[in-house]
Amino acid sequence: MAQIIGLPKLSPTMEEGVLVKWSKKEGDKVSPGDLVAEVETDKANMDFNIEDDGVLLKLLAKEGETVKLGAPVLIIGKAGEDVSALVAQAGAQAPAPAPAPAQAKPKAEPTPQPQPQPQPQAKPQPQPQAKPQPQLQAKPQPAQPAGGGKLLASPLAKSLAIELGVDLRTVTGSGPGGRIVERDVRAIGSNGHAAPASDDAHEAQAEAKPEETAIAVRRPQAADHDTDYTDTPASNMRKRIAARLTEAKRDVPHFYLMRTLDAAPMLAFRERLNALLGDKGKVSVNDLIVKAVALALRRVPECNAAWIDDGIRTFHRVHVGVAVALPEGLVTPVVRDADQKGIGSIAAEVRDLATRAKNRQLKAHEITGSTFTVSNLGMLGIERFTAILNPPEAGILAIGATIDAPVVKNGQVAVGKTLTVTMSCDHRVIDGALGARWLAAFVDLVEHPESLAL
Amino acid sequence: MSVISYREALGQAMREEMERDANVFIMGEEVGHYNGAYKVTQGMLQRFSERRVIDAPIAEMGFAGIGIGAAMVGLRPIIEFMTFNFSLVAIDQIVNNAAKIYQMSAGQFNVPIVFRGPGGPAVQVAAQHSQSLESFYAHVPGLKVVMPSTAYDAKGLLKTAIRDDNPVVFIEGETLYNTTWEVPEVEDHLIPLGVADVKREGKDVTLIAWSKMVWTCLEAAKALAEQGIECEVVDPRTLRPLDVDTLAASVQKTGRCVIVEVGWPVAGFGAEVAYQIQKRCMDALDAPIERVTSDDVPMPYAKNLEDEVQPQVKDVVAAVRRVLYLE
Repeated sequence: MAQIIGLPKLSPTMEEGVLVKWSKKEGDKVSPGDLVAEVETDKANMDFNIEDDGVLLKLLAKEGETVKLGAPVLIIGKAGEDVSALVAQAGAQAPAPAPAPAQAKPKAEPTPQPQPQPQPQAKPQPQPQAKPQPQLQAKPQPAQPAGGGKLLASPLAKSLAIELGVDLRTVTGSGPGGRIVERDVRAIGSNGHAAPASDDAHEAQAEAKPEETAIAVRRPQAADHDTDYTDTPASNMRKRIAARLTEAKRDVPHFYLMRTLDAAPMLAFRERLNALLGDKGKVSVNDLIVKAVALALRRVPECNAAWIDDGIRTFHRVHVGVAVALPEGLVTPVVRDADQKGIGSIAAEVRDLATRAKNRQLKAHEITGSTFTVSNLGMLGIERFTAILNPPEAGILAIGATIDAPVVKNGQVAVGKTLTVTMSCDHRVIDGALGARWLAAFVDLVEHPESLAL
Repeated sequence: MSVISYREALGQAMREEMERDANVFIMGEEVGHYNGAYKVTQGMLQRFSERRVIDAPIAEMGFAGIGIGAAMVGLRPIIEFMTFNFSLVAIDQIVNNAAKIYQMSAGQFNVPIVFRGPGGPAVQVAAQHSQSLESFYAHVPGLKVVMPSTAYDAKGLLKTAIRDDNPVVFIEGETLYNTTWEVPEVEDHLIPLGVADVKREGKDVTLIAWSKMVWTCLEAAKALAEQGIECEVVDPRTLRPLDVDTLAASVQKTGRCVIVEVGWPVAGFGAEVAYQIQKRCMDALDAPIERVTSDDVPMPYAKNLEDEVQPQVKDVVAAVRRVLYLE
């Protein structure tokens, strides 16, 4: 009878292996001791010798694929046997690619497969008959499968997330296959209590008009005169900032690259642009920087990327997020395809996005999908700072103030204009030299601002 | 208001309409001298004479056709099928004549006829007599299909059906004849066709059901309320025309929908309801719409199997818990 063979332990400490090369193909007859594949373990490349007699009916792992210890790699049996049921079973044994650490029981681990959807979760590995449980378990699974697959959420959860301003990427889905359902969004949107829809709508409204209601909400706290402090309940936005930035700073290995550049050419260029525009609009330093960031990402596309657990995703389009400060937090609207837009249209778009951000009128699609972010505190007098990455992006650029500073020109110290920028990099994606290369491209663009118009 | 049985409500509706309009008459097997196989026409022969309460031979195709002809020339027949299972013998008349003559005669002839009688499974009458044929008739343009669940609805809807100028298929719940409900003692208790009724209000999930299944859903809603789950039970009352507005408004509110019907699953009317709901409520849905139906088999005769095949309270409860992701 045909049976599934799992990846054997080829080194004492291995937990997974990369299937480097199959030495046999489907249909080949094998006897015990035959080499069937070469597997890269944590120690070295090892031979995978079969211990059974029979015909290789199905190779389940692809060359180059990482396979967890014990996860199905092949099906062996008699020639001509129907293996479709076993193939399905093997597929089910590869559970939803779920990095949830709490679930790290000895079960069949992901054999990463091209399907973007999480598979129904299989029971722990020991008995190969592990029957795929159909759909309906409520075990929490991350909604966003590793590998950046499709985010699963019910339509109601999606509309509610927009209404409550909850970022679905931060929500853990409790529905089948990790689907985010109403209760998951409400748990985040209303402090863990399932509240009726009307209350939430009211809360959302309260947030939209802070000047009308926030004072009334907070005053009772001040009346609590036995305490020397005020506890202000976190808004949904503040909760989201807290959750996402904590996660980013904790989980993403940040490092920082800093450069001070000569801002005089850019300021002169901006003056010329604004003179040309007259009263038809205005270009800010930040608009030019957005454009320079976008073009630098075209020059060094490896930095327009994200870490996706098993590898690096390089984006084909350049969407620049622009952090906008709001009274109670910040939001990052996105200038899509900024590399292809003129400076004038970037300026108009950023102004529109920022205005609507302040009025809380941005739609969900306008604050998601950026591939790199710009954060600018220059207008507030900050000379230089380091920003926390905005996952899954691998880079964020912190822009300081343009200041009068001594510069050396032709061997002479003179008063010039300088600007210090700091790039935060995800070291899993961007190494120091690569980041330096990107920053050099950026500096070159800003110091030769005419190239921004090319 | 008086509390009367579903059977009595139907009888009252017919008697009142026959008093009101001399063109209304009833024809069917055993409707006269035997006072109706289910006693719905009790006393009508004495009251209206053999001219208007006509015992037909066991020939559904024939008396359905005679009814259609009578309707075409100005009378308003009520054709009683002893059960709707027997309407299958007459379905050619209903589908090819009653439903089509208005259109095919370019509006020269309309067919003001009501085909009525009990439908749905009863108790141990076996496969051929335990069928829910509403989906067959609801499929046909030109027919209206009415399925009252209470005495209140039965009376109001039957009176409206009799006054309707086009053919109405009026399917009564065979096991509902003895159920009682408050019915207003007014002359014109009329309920328009195509208006759904919220039989119980709730906020967590919408149960859509008609005829006997409304009762099953109300019972399930009661059980679920003890678990803290508030079901809204909506009864479309007429399947065609279907009051999608009311059904959708409820699902918009609850975000979850379970459709319960005693018919078979494949191409059952609930599938159409599910389509209409998902189309209107896509952004409000938190879970896929669930259907609870009878099993996909001819009805077994054995009592235990007969119960098991049909949607029961436990099946509805389980479906509700599924759409709430509680299973």
